[in-house]
Amino acid sequence: MANWVPLWLHRLGSPPTFYRFAGAVYPWALGLAFVLGAIALYGGLVVAPADYQQGDAYRIIFIHVPSAWMSLFIYGVMTLAAFIALVWRIKLAETVAMASAPIGAAFTAITLATGSLWGKPMWGTWWTWDARLTSELVLLFIYLGIIGLCHAFEDRRQGARAAAFLVLVGAVNVPIVHFSVNWWNTLHQGATIRLLGPSHMAASMVWPLLTMMGATKFYYIASLFSRVRTELLAAEGGKAWVRELAVAGVAGGKA
Amino acid sequence: MSAFLAMGGYGFYVWTAFAIFFIVLLIDTLAPLARRRRHLREIRARIARQANRRRPGTPARNESNA
Amino acid sequence: MTPGSTPAACAALLRRDLTLAWRRRGDIALPVLYAVIVVTLFPFALGPEPQLLQRIAGGVVFVTVLLAMLLSLDGLFRPDIDDGSMEQLMLAPQPLALLVGMKILAHWLTAALPLVVVAPVLASMLHLPPPAIVVLVVALAVATPLLSLLGAVLVALAAGAKRSGMLLALMLLPLCVPVVIFAAGAVAAAQDGLPWIAPIAWLGAGLALAVVLAPLACAAALRIAMDT
Repeated sequence: MANWVPLWLHRLGSPPTFYRFAGAVYPWALGLAFVLGAIALYGGLVVAPADYQQGDAYRIIFIHVPSAWMSLFIYGVMTLAAFIALVWRIKLAETVAMASAPIGAAFTAITLATGSLWGKPMWGTWWTWDARLTSELVLLFIYLGIIGLCHAFEDRRQGARAAAFLVLVGAVNVPIVHFSVNWWNTLHQGATIRLLGPSHMAASMVWPLLTMMGATKFYYIASLFSRVRTELLAAEGGKAWVRELAVAGVAGGKA
Repeated sequence: MSAFLAMGGYGFYVWTAFAIFFIVLLIDTLAPLARRRRHLREIRARIARQANRRRPGTPARNESNA
Repeated sequence: MTPGSTPAACAALLRRDLTLAWRRRGDIALPVLYAVIVVTLFPFALGPEPQLLQRIAGGVVFVTVLLAMLLSLDGLFRPDIDDGSMEQLMLAPQPLALLVGMKILAHWLTAALPLVVVAPVLASMLHLPPPAIVVLVVALAVATPLLSLLGAVLVALAAGAKRSGMLLALMLLPLCVPVVIFAAGAVAAAQDGLPWIAPIAWLGAGLALAVVLAPLACAAALRIAMDT
């Protein structure tokens, strides 16, 4: 027991093994995300009653909050992977960190867009310089900066390592931004609006929310593995295992 | 059914939000799949080119780091 | 100072950078000119009412100084990388973080200090009251080295990249949000007659932290970016 776990992890770090492992996990993760998402949508759109204050508009919560949570969770995973990549120089960790960035940016963009669509009927405005909204916008810029830096280099690995460093800088920066924006709001008496009251949501509203959070987690796994597989193919284009795979793809019809 | 679609007057906001959610995630799912297919095609094309270039009688050059 | 010792190397590097900057005096004037132009354009865009200009003066001067610094940041390491002296610095026996710190200091002296000097003029063009101008200069004196240090880390990261102009702005924006908030917040507080020490103290804390950490981060980033 004590021996085969690290051995297995070590093997998983090698690109061909991870490629196969990710390929095996991918359909299951995507399928689970799909099933859980469908259940959550049914619960959120049909079963859950309308909110007594916000009417049916609150149903945006079932995608807005899971997306917001994922935008931070993915940054956490990315920070961990970037740290591992820089300290132990593991190529797979670099790939995981860089593959996470577009997914995180997608969830951040969804959070901003759905939050705006929720804010318009509730507050009467598409955008307000509230601490949480502003921090989320800054997070989107951080994600875009990481993606941009990664692609600005000719050499793929060098770009990934520089961007991994930027991930760590951003990880220090996000809490500081949140704190400073909070302070700024108290100074300027900005509109502080609480959308989510202290959690006294009905159970019929809570379970679809939690299910959707699970669905987005599985979706992240699926999308991450799909991207890592693609990156590995591109990075190891000349290696024997990729060539075999490409040739087998022609013979078998599907890679 | 139409009451469900109207969402108590907030239908536009609710359905636009859900549409954005699904469209963005759909693009996010399809983009790497398309890119992977392109990479595989390029690798196959390169293998084919190398096979053509190799003259009969000479051993295959190892271009593993191409 | 014994030749070859770390203090001597630092002094030599600082002297070299300042000499190089002095030979190209026109480049020092460019950010200042840029700031003057931008601040001059604001009254034309918004109208000349003193009340309006007074309200936005602190923020306008800050953002202008920030953008002017961004303009000059790209040239912080670029010439040294192009002519190969950066490799020499990285191979030098002295700690790279200290040498890079000297380069950042030279950059601040040549690119940011003129902006701090010219800031009171810009602020009075926008009718900022004199007590607030004092606070503005204090805030700028703390905020500009902080921005130089933060910017240097990002410039170092992008040093190996092919294109970095717009990218640098995109990467710097999230980092400078807190700096702008606190620095402009201090001026706004002074204008309203509120105590303005707290935001300056926060900036000072940030500067103390950055003086220690940023050169180290900068050296690490350069090693990553130049690693070929």
